Amino acid sequence: MNVITYTYLFVALTFAIYIFIAIRTRAKSTKDYYVANSGVHPILNGMATAADWMSASAFISLPGLIGFFGYGGSVYLLGATGGFVVLSLLIAPYLRKFGKYTVPDFVGDRYYSNKARFIAVICALFISFTYLAGQMRGVGIVFSRFLEVNINTGVFIGAAIVFFYAVLGGMKGITYTQIAQYIVLLTAFITPCIFISIMLTNQMIPSFGLGSTLNDGSGVYLLDKLDGLHQELGFSEYTTGGKSKIEMFAIIATMMIGTAGLPHVIVRFFTVPKVSDARKSGGYALFFIALMFLAIPAIGAFSKYILIETVSNQHYIDMPSWFKTWEEIGLITFTDLNQDGIIQYTNSNNNELFVDSDIIFLATSEMAKLPNWVIALVASGGLAAALSTAAGLLLVISTSIAHDLFKKQINHKLSEQQELMIARIASAFSIGVGIYFGIYPPSFVAETTTLAFSIAASAFFPIIFLGIFYKKMNSQGAIAGMLTGMIFSVSYIIYFKFLDADPETYLFGISPQGIGIVGMTLNFIVALSVVRFFPPPSQEIQLLVEDMRYPKGTNKPLNH
Amino acid sequence: MLSNNQKYWKENIKYLTILLIAWAIVSFVIPVFFVESLNTIKIKGFKLGFWFAQQGSIISFLLIIIIYIYLINKLDKKYDVND
Repeated sequence: MNVITYTYLFVALTFAIYIFIAIRTRAKSTKDYYVANSGVHPILNGMATAADWMSASAFISLPGLIGFFGYGGSVYLLGATGGFVVLSLLIAPYLRKFGKYTVPDFVGDRYYSNKARFIAVICALFISFTYLAGQMRGVGIVFSRFLEVNINTGVFIGAAIVFFYAVLGGMKGITYTQIAQYIVLLTAFITPCIFISIMLTNQMIPSFGLGSTLNDGSGVYLLDKLDGLHQELGFSEYTTGGKSKIEMFAIIATMMIGTAGLPHVIVRFFTVPKVSDARKSGGYALFFIALMFLAIPAIGAFSKYILIETVSNQHYIDMPSWFKTWEEIGLITFTDLNQDGIIQYTNSNNNELFVDSDIIFLATSEMAKLPNWVIALVASGGLAAALSTAAGLLLVISTSIAHDLFKKQINHKLSEQQELMIARIASAFSIGVGIYFGIYPPSFVAETTTLAFSIAASAFFPIIFLGIFYKKMNSQGAIAGMLTGMIFSVSYIIYFKFLDADPETYLFGISPQGIGIVGMTLNFIVALSVVRFFPPPSQEIQLLVEDMRYPKGTNKPLNH
Repeated sequence: MLSNNQKYWKENIKYLTILLIAWAIVSFVIPVFFVESLNTIKIKGFKLGFWFAQQGSIISFLLIIIIYIYLINKLDKKYDVND
């Protein structure tokens, strides 16, 4: 069978599973819809969190980024995993004890202020919508490349599937589909990694393959070979070099703290029965993420090596068919500057080849001439990664709109059925927005995750942290801090990313990607200064904070 | 005199502080600030600093969470605040 037939088969099969699960797990109450009735086992929640967290870009783009930047790409690996330490130690167990449905809900109740809740809703919506745009785009790319349908058709099919299980099943449906999607995406990712690892180094485990010698008889270590090739072609060494230290620090810190403030990740911890389960979930989530993330640097290095070996100084006419296919969609370009028909791939003005880092992983299985079914598997994995994250985001958006906006701000008397109805309508509406972004991607898709992490780190993290660890934190301090962090980060990113200000004028030499950590610091400073000028929270709130700190007496979230 | 709950919280904060210092070391100190000196040590094909930045730190994060879960569960029982 050819790749296309296999791909249709795998995609149809996985979609059938997702729909089957959706029908079996229809949500009946708001508690079902918002937090899956808080009855999810921590191991299963760990898997669901892993799928929720690993987005289309982690699956599709990250191996390529690591391959391109080598050591410098480590910031993304560290940033994406270390946040779970912060989340499991400082945030998740306490918010689970507090027992609310959403992050804005926590902010509103802890800071006894609907104004604070409103600002938090706006931040949560902004973060989730920007993130969603990236996922829908990922769905479109996979469909158009592997199923050879029009990008728009791809986006519609993907949206229809998500619509089905997110709107019907709410958090309950999403949780169980995310578990299935985790298994699909891990299998789809690991299989080609193992194949290529054995092919290049005779090692079954990709992470070991990364540190092994090549099996071409030379006895040279893969990483030494890559360092050598990089120097030959004028790139900086693979295992060193890259960004400045301050820049690396800022990006890693922003991503980690941002992870601990992302609403769609935090909300997953509300679905387990107990506080101790919330802590365990964090551990399991990181374990399941690590299974994939430890293989990413391996496949990154393998693909860089294969790419250089396949194209560098080779005749253009000898290029295999995958080269031409990607060329047609403009993600590989070759300009024969010196007209010799040979591809010169160097880090200089004579470079003739441009390869979009987003396609490296997708193209590697083709470059390595893996069996057709493995290539097809990768496509269904990419879809699983995009759909699982999209569903988690849709839930945050619909909960924020129905619960924190309609129920808490506009009409307190909404019945449960009415609230559920609004949540479903909001969910359908956001899928519409998602489709729009998928078809007409804003020119800044690449920048969107930067924005999301920076806002999560600079607006949310400090006030959640202070809400738990500083009993006397009052609403005035929290609101001032949140606004400062958000406004600072957003304006910095707009100034440098969209108004094209001179990078020479970066604050402390930190690019917009890492600015969230500065925004976070400002948030803390402002919040802790303003808090002194206003009265501390009431005795009742302080007792509430006390109570949050001890696991004993965890309630299932109340129907409020 | 501190109450039972206050003592529990104080010990919890102590654990958190120690583990977050460990977290900062494997997040920033080893893979970013001292990577060059560690890179002079080589184990098989890996320079040690590079290995930490791409593999070791991820494993360390997992260990930190596991240690915390173990410690805090013991503490919960000791002060009888477990759920």
